[in-house]
Amino acid sequence: MYVAVKGGEKAIDNAHKYLAEERRGATDVAELSLSQISEQLSHAVSRVMAEGSLYDKDLAALAIKQARGDLIEAIFLIRAYRTTLPRFGYSAPLDTSEMDLDRRISATFKDLPGGQVLGPTFDYTHRLLDFALAAEGLEPQKAEAAEAPLDEEVPRVLELLNAEGLIEQSAPADYDDTAPVGDLTREPLEFPADRDLRLQNLARGDEGFILALGYSTQRGYARNHAFVGEVRLGDVTVEVIPEELGFAIEIGDITITECETVNQFQGSKTAPAQFTRGYGLAFGHSERKVISMALVDRALRCHELGEDQVAPVQDDEFVLSHSDNIQATGFVEHIKLPHYVDFQSELELVRRLRRNAEDNIREAAE
Amino acid sequence: MTTRMPLISVEDLTVTYGDRIGCNGVSFDLFPGEVLGIVGESGSGKSTLLNAVSGQLEPAVGQIHYRTRLNETADIYRMSEPERRFLMRTDWAFVHQNPRDGLRMGVSAGANIGERLMGVGWRHYGEIRSTALSWLGKVEIFEDRVDDPPTTFSGGMQQRLQIARNLVSGPRLVFMDEPTGGLDVSVQARLLDLLRGLVSDLGLSAIIVTHDLAVARLLSHRLMVMQGGEVVESGLTDQVLDDPQHPYTQLLVSSILQV
Amino acid sequence: MSNSAAPSYNFAYLDEQTKRMIRRALLKAVAIPGYQVPFASREMPMPYGWGTGGIQVTAAVIGPDDCLKVIDQGSDDTTNAVSIRKFFAKVGDIETTEETERATVIQTRHRIPETELTEDQILVYQVPIPEPLRFLEPKETETRKMHALEEYGLMHVKLYEDISQHGEIATTYAYPVKVDGRYVMDPSPTPKFDNPKMNNMAALQLFGAGREKRIYAIPPYTEVVSLDFDDHPFSIQKWDEPCALCGTRDSFLDEVILDDQGGRMFVCSDSHHCAKRQAEGHRGALSADPALETEEVAP
Repeated sequence: MYVAVKGGEKAIDNAHKYLAEERRGATDVAELSLSQISEQLSHAVSRVMAEGSLYDKDLAALAIKQARGDLIEAIFLIRAYRTTLPRFGYSAPLDTSEMDLDRRISATFKDLPGGQVLGPTFDYTHRLLDFALAAEGLEPQKAEAAEAPLDEEVPRVLELLNAEGLIEQSAPADYDDTAPVGDLTREPLEFPADRDLRLQNLARGDEGFILALGYSTQRGYARNHAFVGEVRLGDVTVEVIPEELGFAIEIGDITITECETVNQFQGSKTAPAQFTRGYGLAFGHSERKVISMALVDRALRCHELGEDQVAPVQDDEFVLSHSDNIQATGFVEHIKLPHYVDFQSELELVRRLRRNAEDNIREAAE
Repeated sequence: MTTRMPLISVEDLTVTYGDRIGCNGVSFDLFPGEVLGIVGESGSGKSTLLNAVSGQLEPAVGQIHYRTRLNETADIYRMSEPERRFLMRTDWAFVHQNPRDGLRMGVSAGANIGERLMGVGWRHYGEIRSTALSWLGKVEIFEDRVDDPPTTFSGGMQQRLQIARNLVSGPRLVFMDEPTGGLDVSVQARLLDLLRGLVSDLGLSAIIVTHDLAVARLLSHRLMVMQGGEVVESGLTDQVLDDPQHPYTQLLVSSILQV
Repeated sequence: MSNSAAPSYNFAYLDEQTKRMIRRALLKAVAIPGYQVPFASREMPMPYGWGTGGIQVTAAVIGPDDCLKVIDQGSDDTTNAVSIRKFFAKVGDIETTEETERATVIQTRHRIPETELTEDQILVYQVPIPEPLRFLEPKETETRKMHALEEYGLMHVKLYEDISQHGEIATTYAYPVKVDGRYVMDPSPTPKFDNPKMNNMAALQLFGAGREKRIYAIPPYTEVVSLDFDDHPFSIQKWDEPCALCGTRDSFLDEVILDDQGGRMFVCSDSHHCAKRQAEGHRGALSADPALETEEVAP
């Protein structure tokens, strides 16, 4: 006698309880607080905010806690929450030259207006495990404050080049800056995609994927000779212009990282040579992400700049269709769902084809 | 009024790449059953001209009129995209220099030949297959290779397969871009022989781009010589090659025929 | 997710704005049978690839008076079906059922119920890859053009290759169909066994692909033809033995491995259909009491 499998519902409930237990871990260890996560795992929070496309440190911390530190799972939680939020409107463009800087570096000029500001960086640290950190309760040494405050407004490096005409304009001459910016969370992405949608997609895209694609350009798959014109990290003010008011009101400050690259130049006998641009921006402190993003953005501009499409990173369909880690993880992992009937169909066919082949071999032998 | 009408008529065709001229002010007529050779060194604009005439590269200036099977004249850049694509896969054929550009490398030789037939609605496997087998015969490929993918074929076989795949739909006009370009000399000779036979047996019209004057002499009735995007000389093939008028043609002829 | 979160969500989870957007896409899809309509798919609280398209379609068409059935692989009790059914019960307080006849909306992954559907029912399919030409041509820009221009020769190239390599068409699920004589469509990974049911079905068939952001539809009583060759006509799977539990010979059977000695049995993949037949007294070779073949037995 055979009894069909039942009880899926109960099994699922129990699996969820087990999961909650595992998340908590040993109960004799203090539970993580959200403020501990947002204060001490700030890069994780940055990544979840950036790829979750929602600027909220507390929610990101909650998601990280709930996801047991699985950042893609945390991003998923944030995305699923974000999609249910009402939409009040779109902000005015951020003015990053008025950023309250924590860090600002340029790889193209040694000294420049506004100066090089190192800020909190892993760069130049020796990656040696700091065993002193394992002992809790040690206070870090205080960083010394600079003698002079930073300039209020620090000009962007690429604008210095632009003043001399050495670099292309940030927008083409025929660009209509009053036209609405696309939003791929409201309209399905269609190809070929314009740069606004490409940048939105990359900003939400998986850091690892964007990193690998950016890296591929450096190794010769659509090389675009990038210099980091500037990376800046700091707080900017977000403004919205409510229709009924008609003027901008500030709704708060957010921390962002921005990268502008200076890329290989273009020119001909008739058009003087000019550098080209790549752009990256992300919520929080995410230098790896924004530098990679700028490389990929530049590569995706190949058609506009009259370059041959020779590598995956230049193919907008390939890049934009596969950058979203929530889509990717869902679809990759869905193959663990039951596929009984599809597999049964294949099984039946393979058995029959094998039987036919055996018959043929037998007939041939006779 | 029953005088012969041209199959394709090109008027004042100019293609530009930004500021650069690809080909400039080219006009010619091609009559049914006629083979036109376009010769010139690389960069002379002959491939640009071929791509423009075959509906793949929109010209900046000029018109291309094509006489359809219904005996109507159609401007190929004025017709709708579905009409043009239909024309390109039924009435026209395009033989690329590199067979990889014209073949589907991942599917069998039979499927390569059958694709155009299925595209126009053939739905009988047996008929598609027997037509594919008969075309393999015509292009001198053994029938037992019908289920093999072109990746397992030699360069010459791939080129012959590409020709079969193109001609199976009974096109009236064939464009060829250096059809013997990548092949060694003995293979070239065999392919040329085959092409000449097919073109005359099927009464095809053809436009052949080549830098090889020997290929042009063997296949084409008429010849256009291009230099720097312009047609510098045209006429009957023998006339042009035996008594070249333009200094550039003279140079081409003298540099080749010495061999 | 705790139950206390439920009241803060709109009926059936999606906000009304989003539902309207999806309904507009559905209307367009019904108007152009088999055509893939792009829609602004939302992030759902389930992973992409786990039915987010179907769930959004269901959420957009379901009302408080509807009765929902969810199946995965034909069964009401597979984990993903349970999860989706619970989701709608939670966010819409929607009545759910396992009875095919009672349901007004049936969301499915990979099967069409064996019971014939009626005009009062909607069948919602979860679709992973909506584009039937995808594995022949990866570029969306190109496949859209092929649909627009009705250039489907490539699809038959694939079927030709199957026959030349295997002697028959070796596509067993997600078997391409032509809808209303115009669009070639992927019926989602249902076994080809179910293809004939799609033809002239009385119920409305809606297809949702969340990750790929596409919706398509087959209106009631629409012609759906499985692609084939005249001399290699479309045919469906057959089994050598009947269902071991209900004895039917005309439903899709799952293979159940009984031991590691090659012992196996075949049972209906449609769990409700099988249970109903058993309740009606039908018995198979491995039923609890196979002797009662003709007798009524209490469920």
